[in-house]
Amino acid sequence: MPSYVALIYTPDVDWSAPEYAGEMAEYGAFGEAAASVIRGGAALYHTPTATTVRVTGGKGGDVVLSDGPYAETKEALTGFYLLECTDLDEAIRVAAMIPGAWSGAVEVRPALPMTAPPESATAAEAPAHSSDARPTSVTT
Amino acid sequence: MNDPGGDPAVPPAPHLGEPTAPVEVRGLAEVLRRERRQVLASLTRLTGNLDLAEDAVQEASIIALATWPRTGLPPNPRAWLIVAAKHRAIDELRREAARPGKEKEAITLALHQAPDDFPVGVLRDDQLRLIFTCCHPALAPEAQVALSLRVLCGLSVAEVAGLLLVPEATMSKRLTRARGKIAAAGIRYRVPDAAELPERMRQVATTVFLLFTEGYASRSAGLHERRQLAEEAVRLGRLLVALLPGEAVLEGLLATMLLQHSRREARFDAAGDIVLLADQDRARWDRALAAEGVTRAAEAIRLSSVVPERFAVVAAIAACHALAADAAATDWRSIVAWYDVLVVLDPSPVVRLNRAAAVAESGEAALALAEVEALTGLEGYFWWHASRAELLRRLGRREEASAAAVVAAGLTESAAQRRLLARRYP
Repeated sequence: MPSYVALIYTPDVDWSAPEYAGEMAEYGAFGEAAASVIRGGAALYHTPTATTVRVTGGKGGDVVLSDGPYAETKEALTGFYLLECTDLDEAIRVAAMIPGAWSGAVEVRPALPMTAPPESATAAEAPAHSSDARPTSVTT
Repeated sequence: MNDPGGDPAVPPAPHLGEPTAPVEVRGLAEVLRRERRQVLASLTRLTGNLDLAEDAVQEASIIALATWPRTGLPPNPRAWLIVAAKHRAIDELRREAARPGKEKEAITLALHQAPDDFPVGVLRDDQLRLIFTCCHPALAPEAQVALSLRVLCGLSVAEVAGLLLVPEATMSKRLTRARGKIAAAGIRYRVPDAAELPERMRQVATTVFLLFTEGYASRSAGLHERRQLAEEAVRLGRLLVALLPGEAVLEGLLATMLLQHSRREARFDAAGDIVLLADQDRARWDRALAAEGVTRAAEAIRLSSVVPERFAVVAAIAACHALAADAAATDWRSIVAWYDVLVVLDPSPVVRLNRAAAVAESGEAALALAEVEALTGLEGYFWWHASRAELLRRLGRREEASAAAVVAAGLTESAAQRRLLARRYP
């Protein structure tokens, strides 16, 4: 089944502040309602806590840090979910239930399936006749 | 895996019955045009992939054009084309390197197991799947319009680009991006379920109407391009009504398009200048098309539930014009009454502006001007300034009228509209 990431953009908030308890409760209700399709996710600390990392000159180059989020915008990335849905229509239906969609916007992006699971590297080294060998086609 | 399909390079004609007498290539092209969408719709369902299906149908059409003049038209051209396209798709899957082997096997199996012809119900659903996919709300409106012309109307990329006035390379990129999104984002090839259907039908109607208005009022297209776009849209409207009969929104859409299209010959004069509705030579209206439009508009209203469909009301307004023998005989009070309904459904400033125009025509120019000037948010809208110019002219305020006309002229790309403004508000 396709995976989708629901990126939640709302006015920057500090979720730990007490005035957001009500909204956190809404998120709790969403989490229960959509439990069958939620595969992961997180609420993010507010953007002043962000550090943006760049490596200049390509791989192995100098690590350059900047204090703050990647983009300073009125609405910021304040949380995300990883969803597994049958199609885009279902993902949109779920995204519309996320409280952030009511006060901000939720971007739904299909996630590229990871073709090689981490353990496949070791499996490929196993003898070819091994009964639990994973299909090698993923690495070729 | 076994290959029960035989050699896909061999044209699949023989087992589908004895060929009839040889036919002219022109007639063949017409058959291909008629069957193309259905064959494409079924192939897309079988392969789950629009790109693969389009390529296969394209190649099958080329084989048909090479084969049929020699063998004659097969008794069931659609089944012939489906068989040929299935073989081309299987061939293409063998050649492809990028697609995972498992997916290839699954599609190949589906193609081998599918019958050569499908029951009417399946064929109908296949066409609906194709329509709802091309008009999916997650695609940008201009992408929906382009895909509809390419996939549903079967026009070439060059033709679509020509009709929508974009360079071919741009159009090709736009179509590729749209197909890429359908595949990657998981827009599934399906008919919306009963709960979603009303809203999705409205979206399809909006897209088809966008296609129609692009043809009806496009800024700089020639007469030929405008007409062809409008006719493609009418054809899609007829297809929708045939596939989903008894739907107020679709009847209303078709009625609206037929009524507007019935005036096509009278809308421009010999020099290509716009002729206003009141000045149009009604003898040049297409009476048969208008009569069908009026009947369908009434049907759309009859089919509407307590809250009428927007397109049904728009069609009713167009029908009021079609029923008037001449401009003076127009029943403006009925038109204002229909606009009152429309404003409830869609209280946008543009609809209110159109209502004000009807109020003016019913003899209340001063009231109309007050309503127009009370509207906010239309400062950059051509028709707001053009309407003001017209109302000021009627009230004898010539200088203000021509000032408004100058602003309007700066907001349109249509040379015909600018000429009209200069002529009418000197």
